[in-house]
Amino acid sequence: MMASGYNAKEEDGHTSGGPSNGGAAGGTVKSRKPDNTAFKQQRLPAWQPILTAGTVLPAFFVIGLIFIPIGIGLFVTSNNIKEFEIDYTGVENTSACYSCAQNFSWNSTVPCTCSMHFTLEQPFESNVFMYYGLSNFYQNHRRYVKSRDDSQLNGDPTSLANPSKECEPYRTIDQVGPIAPCGAIANSLFNDTLELSYLANGSKTPVALVKKGIAWWTDKHVKFRNPGGNGNLTAAFQGTSKPVNWRVPVYELDPMDPENNGFINEDFIVWMRTAALPTFRKLYRIIQKKADQTPTLASGHYVLDITYNYPVRSFDGRKRVILSTISWMGGKNPFLGIAYITVGSVCFFLAVVLFIIHHKYDSRNSSADIPN
Amino acid sequence: MKFALEEDRGGTEGGRRKQLVAHRLGRDERRVDSRTIYVGHRPSPTEVFIPPKFCDNRIVSSKYTVWNFLPKNLFEQFRRIANFYFLIIFLVQVIVDTPTSPVTSGLPLFFVITVTAIKQGYEDWLRHKADNEVNEYPVTVLEDGRRVRTESEKIKVGDVVEVDEDETFPCDLILLQSTRDDDTCFVTTASLDGESNHKDLESLNATMECEQPQPDLYKFVGRMYIYKTDQEPAIRSLGPENLLLKGATLKNTLKICGVAVYTGMETKMALNYQGKSQKRSAVEKSINAFLLVYLGILVSKALLCTILKYVWQSKPGQDEPWYNQKTEREKETNLYLKMFTDFLSFMVLFNFIIPVSMYVTVEMQKFLGSFFITWDRDFFDPEIQEGALVNTSDLNEELGQVEYVFTDKTGTLTQNNMEFIECCIDGVRYKYRDAVGTELDGFCATDGPVSKLHEKADKEREELFLRALCLCHTVQVKEPTGQDQTDCPMDPPDGLGLDGGRLPPPQEQRGFIASSPDEVALVKGAMRYGFTFLGLESKKMKIMNRNNDIEMYDLLHVLNFDPVRRRMSVIVRSKSGDTLLFCKGADSSIFPRVRQEEVDKIRVHVERNATEGYRTLCVAYKKLSSEEYDRADKGLREARLALQDREEKLTAVLQEEAAETMEALQGAGIKVWVLTGDKMETAKSTCYACRLFQRGTELLELTVRTLEDGARKREERLHELLLEYHRKAVQEAPPVKPGAGRGWSKANQDYGFIIDGATLSMVFNSPDSNSSRYQNLFLQICQNCTTVLCCRMAPLQKAQIVKMVKTSKGSPITLSIGDGANDVSMILEAHVGIGIKGKEGRQAVRNSDYAIPKLKHLKKLLLGHGHLYYVRIAHLVQYFFYKNLCFILPQFLYQFFCGYSQQHICVELLLDNATLYREIAKNAMLRWVPFLYWTVLGVFHGLLFFFGVRYLFGNPALQDNGQVFGNWSYGTIVFTVLVFTVTLKLALDTRHWTWINHFVIWGSLAFYVFFSFFWGGIIWPFLKQQRLYFVFANMLSSLSAWLVIILLILLSLLPDILLVRDAGESGEGGARSWARPLLMRTFSIEANTVV
Repeated sequence: MMASGYNAKEEDGHTSGGPSNGGAAGGTVKSRKPDNTAFKQQRLPAWQPILTAGTVLPAFFVIGLIFIPIGIGLFVTSNNIKEFEIDYTGVENTSACYSCAQNFSWNSTVPCTCSMHFTLEQPFESNVFMYYGLSNFYQNHRRYVKSRDDSQLNGDPTSLANPSKECEPYRTIDQVGPIAPCGAIANSLFNDTLELSYLANGSKTPVALVKKGIAWWTDKHVKFRNPGGNGNLTAAFQGTSKPVNWRVPVYELDPMDPENNGFINEDFIVWMRTAALPTFRKLYRIIQKKADQTPTLASGHYVLDITYNYPVRSFDGRKRVILSTISWMGGKNPFLGIAYITVGSVCFFLAVVLFIIHHKYDSRNSSADIPN
Repeated sequence: MKFALEEDRGGTEGGRRKQLVAHRLGRDERRVDSRTIYVGHRPSPTEVFIPPKFCDNRIVSSKYTVWNFLPKNLFEQFRRIANFYFLIIFLVQVIVDTPTSPVTSGLPLFFVITVTAIKQGYEDWLRHKADNEVNEYPVTVLEDGRRVRTESEKIKVGDVVEVDEDETFPCDLILLQSTRDDDTCFVTTASLDGESNHKDLESLNATMECEQPQPDLYKFVGRMYIYKTDQEPAIRSLGPENLLLKGATLKNTLKICGVAVYTGMETKMALNYQGKSQKRSAVEKSINAFLLVYLGILVSKALLCTILKYVWQSKPGQDEPWYNQKTEREKETNLYLKMFTDFLSFMVLFNFIIPVSMYVTVEMQKFLGSFFITWDRDFFDPEIQEGALVNTSDLNEELGQVEYVFTDKTGTLTQNNMEFIECCIDGVRYKYRDAVGTELDGFCATDGPVSKLHEKADKEREELFLRALCLCHTVQVKEPTGQDQTDCPMDPPDGLGLDGGRLPPPQEQRGFIASSPDEVALVKGAMRYGFTFLGLESKKMKIMNRNNDIEMYDLLHVLNFDPVRRRMSVIVRSKSGDTLLFCKGADSSIFPRVRQEEVDKIRVHVERNATEGYRTLCVAYKKLSSEEYDRADKGLREARLALQDREEKLTAVLQEEAAETMEALQGAGIKVWVLTGDKMETAKSTCYACRLFQRGTELLELTVRTLEDGARKREERLHELLLEYHRKAVQEAPPVKPGAGRGWSKANQDYGFIIDGATLSMVFNSPDSNSSRYQNLFLQICQNCTTVLCCRMAPLQKAQIVKMVKTSKGSPITLSIGDGANDVSMILEAHVGIGIKGKEGRQAVRNSDYAIPKLKHLKKLLLGHGHLYYVRIAHLVQYFFYKNLCFILPQFLYQFFCGYSQQHICVELLLDNATLYREIAKNAMLRWVPFLYWTVLGVFHGLLFFFGVRYLFGNPALQDNGQVFGNWSYGTIVFTVLVFTVTLKLALDTRHWTWINHFVIWGSLAFYVFFSFFWGGIIWPFLKQQRLYFVFANMLSSLSAWLVIILLILLSLLPDILLVRDAGESGEGGARSWARPLLMRTFSIEANTVV
């Protein structure tokens, strides 16, 4: 198809004086008549959808009718989600963690602990998810986001010994060796320890916190791999240095559980999935619903024991703990429900308005029928 | 040199010598104005033989060689602003630490450059091939009496070249010898000046000196010295009639010998060949304007971001929190340098707002789109077995924007065929009747039946008239080959007086070749009445009269037709010894020269015929006494003719559907100007016939005739008329809004404006103070008239007019259409030049941007293809800007939430994106909506996408297992919404769903999904960062993500649906149907709404 087009193009223009005997009366033998194909003649059968009142009005109605119930559903669902949030940054001097926040030092060997007391007014019936939230923490800063080495995290031994340049300035420590895991993200791993206890009759009952299942399955099982398998991590990480701000090396993140240690430690993996916005939350623990009929978290007094390791005051950050139940749509988020209700109502409203206009228009010119 | 020659004619032999020496010296000083050629390289006896150095006979039209192709081509390409811009971006990406990889802009740039280079290389290769073909054309050179076959490129100046019949001349030759008895030869110069003109040339026997090469085809001055042993050289002057031009073809002559005077790039043809200047389409200019706007946005965005970045950083703890330390190098970098590189990084981050892919796509769209023109069967003309030709693909969309059409009349509006229709001898009218029979109009009926006409007119006069027709021309008889003459005995021609009804069939087998078709028509017309022109032999013209007797006339003088005198004359001597002068020409040039009493009668006929759209010519004759002849012979001056004259009428057949085409063009609001060399009456009647002038059209004439009305000076009258017309057409007319200017409301009085060449030159060349004012007035009048007719135009004036309109306020898009060499200047001058593959050679076609076989095709070309291309390209471009704005805005907004660190959302998908839309846009169709609308839409969508997802991420726990989404999920959601919205927007704008559209749109969405899965499904070993690993799949596992995607897509398309619905509402009454083919529908819309 192209070739014929080319021929027609070249046929003229470059003839710098060939015999231009116009009287070749025999007629050109080969007809250069273009092919009569639908494509070339731009006559492809075409479907012309024309949006008319007849098609758009029902569509609007339908959109409105679908969106409003969905929106209401979403809104109700979101409202049913129970969420409890407690800030433990320790900015105000009334706060229990005030002294820990004030006296924070990287070099202190004794961890500072503090306890926050709170009361749940309502019981949390289903599984409860415990998040920690940070504010004004720019996990999405460009320098920060790229400061990691995915091949190192995937267990590549060469990257372990020689991390990517992107990790600078958290790449190696002089005279000690390469940092594992390298980079700013890993270095700033959230390392507060949070423990929740139920206070009943003056006695303190610890709430069981499950630390598995908080990371994406694919991250845990494919993207993050320990070098040399999960066996002897101490040997595997021989010759590497722990990130400067860490208190323990990577192979001691969870010494009890080899399936949750090293690079495949779920707390670590969750942290490595950088947040989109400077105020974010990350899943910390899951409180499984017990088999019996008692709520997961009964209403009453609780105490949150915090090992305060993570400084946020220097950048005006905030730290908080969020306890939340989860629905099919995720955590509490009224935005979607409201948005759906709004859009649905707007569509419905428009449909009604247009219907009225159209009706009037039609009755005025009854002769102008709609051809489609 | 001409001067020198003229002087030399009167000068002495010594003078000649001196001059020759002077020329020699001049050559040494490189101030060459003549060259000496030694025929056959034999040194002349009187001069010292210095082997002259002339260029060889190689023709080089190619631009590149193998060696300089790469650097030269790259240099040319990077001279384009866009390419240069992308190169800079690419370099910045390579040098500075940027958020996007250099590949993302380097790859498309590389692609563009490569494709363009390949295209240009291919074209140049074709030129090389064509050059080689010409250069290796075998020729025969005579060397010392031997005939040597050699290649064309080896011909040197001074070689004696032998050319056989039907061969082209390999270089410019001076004719030395011809096989014809009269030492003439016939050539056809169709490939040179476009007219299929047969000129005869005389030959000489000598050695010569001639002027340096110059491009004028019809100018040649030279001298020839014929050296004979022991004699002073004989001198002959050489003129253009001795020169055989390269590229012309030898006809009717077995063989000639000529000496090469100009070779290779110095031939007149090569000097006339000039590369066509690049025409740029207005759309491209507006793209560049958009680009500037976007460049402004880009720079201000980058600037804003940089400033905000440093403001943000100035807060303590923000710039370098403990968790995000800078490297040593970053700390050491100079602050201002850092700022600058930050600025550059932002530029690069946002550079997708100016899409490199758009350039590729636009180029590709144009290139492929032009095939649709060549493929169009409607443009195929069975007569010449050719379809349309596209010489440039850059101007496709320009076709849809034409506001002014300048058309030539002859050959364009009218076919270049002439037929002899009727004649009027001494005021008595004759009409040729076909065998079919013709209706006689009222005028003719009063004259009586045709068959009896001879009773009215003097038989002798009648025959004289027919003889005049037979003699007064420069027609060549195409000689039948040998036996033809004996095999085909001529039908005994019946006189028109012998038998009323039956006339002999015209002898079609007898071919006439003439410089203009009207001459052939006249000779053929005479033949039908029994007088057959048999040919010219040795200055004798042979005519066969009604009684089959052959009459011989000595041809004494031929004064060729020229546009200044507008007549031609011959002086012949009949057998009986009478010397007769026949003169044929336009009425205005004949009437003053004939007896006044005759004129009035004839004038009635002439004017009546002219208004009917016929071309009229007048013939006059005078019997010259021997003294008169001597006098005339001596001075070749005009004798005042004192005899009766006749006029004849030729019809210029209108091109097929010319009227419909013109009407359609006017209906589309295009102003049609007719620029013609014809006389006013003829042109005017053609305009009426083409319905360019309607019955109700008020004609404003500004011609020599109207100027001569009063007794006052022409200048005053001109001034007065201009003012009057201006008042009429401009001031009294209701002000036309610029937008409505294209749709000419029928309610207004239509004005037609007529101006002729002489008056036009007065307008242009009047004294300084008035000139610009007159031009202004003229232009304003013209712009307020539906049709402007400019008659008696010189080619240059045509171009002048086009240029005037082109540069006028608002710079309207102009289109010139013509078929002859005289239209070339106007074709080159206009924005779009269209050549008609008519009879007058191919020069117009070669210089045009598009060539079509017939005028009627213009309608579809403009209203169909042009409209489509324009709409497509406009939509394409705006869509691209919109898409990129959509794409870049979330990134921009994201900067506010990530500390201005140039973090981008997700870049890997971009490459995918760019290739996707290229295909999509190909068949898009939407009416022109302003750039602003798209920009606002883009901003709206961008904001919507960003903030929609932003609020969703108020709680990033979007999965039902409580797990949270990170920044890559954020980006992926935004991008998915974007891809779907932008594609569906396109789908919404697509009015014609062919299978290609379905395939491309749904295919690209499917491809996006598939690609995202694929991209995120594998740990890519060659990538350092696995950022998008399973992000897409995880996103899809979240119901909230689905919901927000659907919501945002719908919300962003809502305004469009509303707008389109409204448009649909208003257009419901219009002609829209499902089944009609694309183009037809466009026509109807065009006709109804006139965009």
